[in-house]
Amino acid sequence: MSIRIIKPGMLTTVQDGGRQGFQSFGVSVAGPMDRLSYRLANLLVGNSASEASLEVTLIGPEIEFKKNTIFAVTGAEFDLEVNDCKISMNTALRISRGSILSFGLRNRGARAYLAVAGGFNVPKVLGSRATHISSCLGGLSGRPLTANDCITIGTINNFFEELPVTRKPAIILPEGGSRLRVILGPHSDLFTSSSLDELSSKRYEITAQSNRMGYRLTGPGLNLVKKSVFLSYATSMGSIQVPESGVPILLMADCQTTGGYPNIAMVISADLALAGQLAPGDWIEFIFCNRRSAIEALSFQEQAFEM
Amino acid sequence: MLFLFEQEELNVVSFYNVRPVGDSSLVVEFESRLDSEINERVIAVAEAIRCLDLDSICDVVPTFYSVTIYFNPLRMDVEQLASAVKHLVDELPASLKREGRTIRIPVVYGGEYGPDLKEICKFGDCTIEEAIKLHTEKNYRVYMLGFIPGFPYLGRVNSRIAMPRKSIPRLKVQAGSVGIAGLQTGIYPLEVPGGWQIIGRTPVKLFDIQSEEPTLFKSGDTVVFESISKRDFLRLNGLEP
Repeated sequence: MSIRIIKPGMLTTVQDGGRQGFQSFGVSVAGPMDRLSYRLANLLVGNSASEASLEVTLIGPEIEFKKNTIFAVTGAEFDLEVNDCKISMNTALRISRGSILSFGLRNRGARAYLAVAGGFNVPKVLGSRATHISSCLGGLSGRPLTANDCITIGTINNFFEELPVTRKPAIILPEGGSRLRVILGPHSDLFTSSSLDELSSKRYEITAQSNRMGYRLTGPGLNLVKKSVFLSYATSMGSIQVPESGVPILLMADCQTTGGYPNIAMVISADLALAGQLAPGDWIEFIFCNRRSAIEALSFQEQAFEM
Repeated sequence: MLFLFEQEELNVVSFYNVRPVGDSSLVVEFESRLDSEINERVIAVAEAIRCLDLDSICDVVPTFYSVTIYFNPLRMDVEQLASAVKHLVDELPASLKREGRTIRIPVVYGGEYGPDLKEICKFGDCTIEEAIKLHTEKNYRVYMLGFIPGFPYLGRVNSRIAMPRKSIPRLKVQAGSVGIAGLQTGIYPLEVPGGWQIIGRTPVKLFDIQSEEPTLFKSGDTVVFESISKRDFLRLNGLEP
C-alpha cells in the first residue's frame, strides 16, 4: 500500500478520464467534473493523460504517504500543507515516505485533483478506474474513500525536470457563480419563446439537491408549448433537462446515459470544466452561442492548454 | 441540417433525419414512436457506425428510435461525419432480419416480491392470476438499455396492465425487481431508487462486470417472463441463469 486516508474529506473519489464506450449498456461515463484541472495534474507529475487521480470535493482529505513519490494538486484553490509546511497548488513536488498531505481552507472553486506519479492503482472496470457511485462501479470498491482506506500507487516515470515545477492553473476559477455558454438543445423548439428568454437572461442558482449526477437549479420555470411525452433518448454531461416541474437540471459527470425529460440547451464542451467547479449556492447565467463558436472555443482552449 | 429520405425499396417509408446535438454529438432520428422495425433499423445503424471504428468517435448509443454518436469535434468535422452516416443509413438493406435471441426470465410474482401487483389488478380490473397471465403471455422486445447498467426497456405491455409509474418513486427498489411503467416493462439490475410499479422479482443476474459480456440483454433481444413459485425462486437465487 502506498497511501492511507486519515480523513476522507467531504467526497473524495478515484477518477480517471472516464468509462467511455459502454453507454449503450446503461453504463455512465463518470470521470472528472473539471477535466482540465484533472489533465493538468497528470501533466505535472509526468503521467499519461488518463491516469487515475483523486477528485476532492469542497472539504479535502488528510493523506499519509507511505512511499516516496511526486504529486500535484490542481483545481479548486485550497490551503495545502505537507507536514505542517505550506505548499503551492498547481506544482509538482516530491513527497517522502511518512509525510502527511492536508487540505485546509478552500478559497475558490469546488473540486481539486490530486495526481501522483504512476497514478492510483485500483482495478479497472470496463476499461476504466473512474468511480460511478450510484451504480457502485470502479474506483475503490465503487464508493467514495473513507478513513483508513489504502491505495497503492504506480512508480515514477522517467521524469527529468527539476522539481518543483509550477504551471499556470488550468482554468480561471469561478467566484460565487459563473456564466456558462450553451447551444440550443434538441427540444428547444418545443419550449415557449418566453422560456428561452428566461433561460438566457435570468440567474439560476444551484440547490443543495445537487451532486456528481447533476445540479438541480432554482430560477424561472421553463415551459413546453404543449405537454408531451418523450421516449428516452441519450443524455450527456452538459445537457439541461426540464422535468414537469419546469425547473431545470444540469446533468454532470455521473448522469444517466438516457433520460425522458426534454432537453432545452447544452452547455458547450469548453465550459464543462467551469461547470464542474460550481457548488450549491453558486449562480449560473446561461449565454447562448452557436455551434461554430462553441467549437472555436474548444479549439482555443486545447491550444492554450498545450502551451 | 435536415435530411429526409424515402427509401423506395421498402413498402414501409422510413423517414430519418441527421442533426448535430450540442457541439460533440450527432443524432440519427427515425420517426418518434415505439416500433420494432424502426428499432431494428436503429440497432443496425449503431452497429454499422461502430464497425467504422473511427478514433474520433467516443461512443454510439441507440435508443428507441434514434442513434446518438458522441465524437471529438476537434478531430472530426460534423458535416463529414453526417455525410458518412447518411451514406451508411442509405446503404442498409431494405429488410433487416436478424437472428434474435429469446431469453426466458423466471419471475416470482406478487407478495413481498411484487408490492404493486394488487394496484395493477385494481388498475386493470383483473385478478392476480389474470394479471400474471397478461404479463407472461407476451414476447417483449428489448428496445434499448439505459438508466442504469443493464436496465432493459421492454415493450409493449398489454394495455390492461399498462399502469403509469408511481408519482412518488420508492427510495429503494431491490435488484431483480420486475416493473411496469405504462407500456414498458423492465427489470432493475441493481438496487436503486425507482418509480416503476413492481410486480415480481427474478433471481437472474442482469449485469456482471466479471463476465465477457457485461449485460445479459442486448437491444433487439426478445424476453419472455415465466411465473415460478417462491420455493423455486429461493432455490435459484444466487445461481447462474
